[in-house]
Amino acid sequence: MSLVNLHQVHKYYGDLHVLKGIDLDIKAGEVISIIGRSGSGKSTLLRCINGLEEYQEGGITVDGNEVTSEDIQVRRLALSVGMIFQNFNLFPHMTVGENVMLAPTIVLKKSKSEAEQIARAMLEKVGLAEKFDSYPEKLSGGQQQRVAIARALAMSPKVLLCDEITSALDPELVGEVLKVLEQLAKEGITLVLVTHEMNFARDVGSRVVFMHEGKVWEEGDSKTLLSDPRTDELKQFIGAVL
Amino acid sequence: MLYFSDLLQYSDVFFSGLMTTVELTVLTTILGVALGTACATTRQYGNKASQRAVTVYVELIRNTPFIVQLFFIFFGLPALGMRLSPWEASMIALTINLGAYSTEIIRAGLGSISKGQIEAAKVLGLTFRQTLTRVIFVPAFEKIYPALTSQCIIVMLGSAVISQISVEDLTYAANLVQSRNFRAFESYLVTALLYLGLSILLRFAFNTLGKHLFTYRATR
Repeated sequence: MSLVNLHQVHKYYGDLHVLKGIDLDIKAGEVISIIGRSGSGKSTLLRCINGLEEYQEGGITVDGNEVTSEDIQVRRLALSVGMIFQNFNLFPHMTVGENVMLAPTIVLKKSKSEAEQIARAMLEKVGLAEKFDSYPEKLSGGQQQRVAIARALAMSPKVLLCDEITSALDPELVGEVLKVLEQLAKEGITLVLVTHEMNFARDVGSRVVFMHEGKVWEEGDSKTLLSDPRTDELKQFIGAVL
Repeated sequence: MLYFSDLLQYSDVFFSGLMTTVELTVLTTILGVALGTACATTRQYGNKASQRAVTVYVELIRNTPFIVQLFFIFFGLPALGMRLSPWEASMIALTINLGAYSTEIIRAGLGSISKGQIEAAKVLGLTFRQTLTRVIFVPAFEKIYPALTSQCIIVMLGSAVISQISVEDLTYAANLVQSRNFRAFESYLVTALLYLGLSILLRFAFNTLGKHLFTYRATR
């Protein structure tokens, strides 16, 4: 039973053909790492899955529902698809707690005390329970990204999309974020990551998707694929990043 | 010799003029900023046609003298069957004027909010209206708050012009008093000081309000 399904998805920016017929099937509980050079369409693919970008041909379904970029549809999707960004995008005028409580309160219409309970539990999960009343500005990049994860988790999504979420972090802060992801993977949350962290992709990920020139160039079990790439492009890519 | 004591018998005239100016300032500040917020939001996020309409309005007002706008509303509109009292005409002219200038200022604030903030709200399932009120407005207004409040004070000072259509504001009081007792120097000096005091008071009020609205900055 697939949770996310992409069928022959094409995406154009004007004349630029960014995604050239993507087929991808993601099952519940999988940890998918999407790798590839910049400009290969990884982020665009991710953003199509939750309706942030339109696609022109093909079809995408999440949990059986078709994805379009219609406003209403994006809001419905938000209930099953969470997303974390490279630049955290925490709301600067809200405390950590308020950031996490916002969507449960005004989207899920939970009571304040219920939302607070959820927020505290999620912050506990990412190891930041004591930062509930701090403002994002006072946190390190790694801490901010963990709050962003807690904020996404508070909506209990079925899939969590991660768009290069460690790329803006100082090297010594990457580990704490990956550790949280690893724990989520163990709990069985479906993760789709656009990432440059090859070690993480190999050790935690269940499947790797290598994108090249807007196509899924090669995909397969993460350990096999990364240690024994079949195509020259992937060999080159792995050689370049490792 | 200066005769400030000659003004004392007119203190109630000054006071009532001052009150009219304060009343119009408070009212037009609220209405003007509301108008500016609506127009800035439209210009930043609205469709092409409504964006163009806002641009025309803003440029029309910013490139014509306030006194002409006021005269047009008070003396010109009756030709179209719209007869307004001096007070009403002034209120509308001041609001429209502040609305145009604050549109430009507020739009700069909205423009400073990154696309990422809006996307983050979107993927959490917020509607656009919720995104505006919960996510965009507070940080946007914080960025342009000093410019916006300065503009409100400029409009308060510019309101002196409405004495020209015989609204009995502070400047009207000054004109009246000096025409009665011929103490022009004293009348206008006192009036200037009253405007100055009003500006300082207004600035203080805006600062207090700002601290209340943007509490999160105080905890930095």
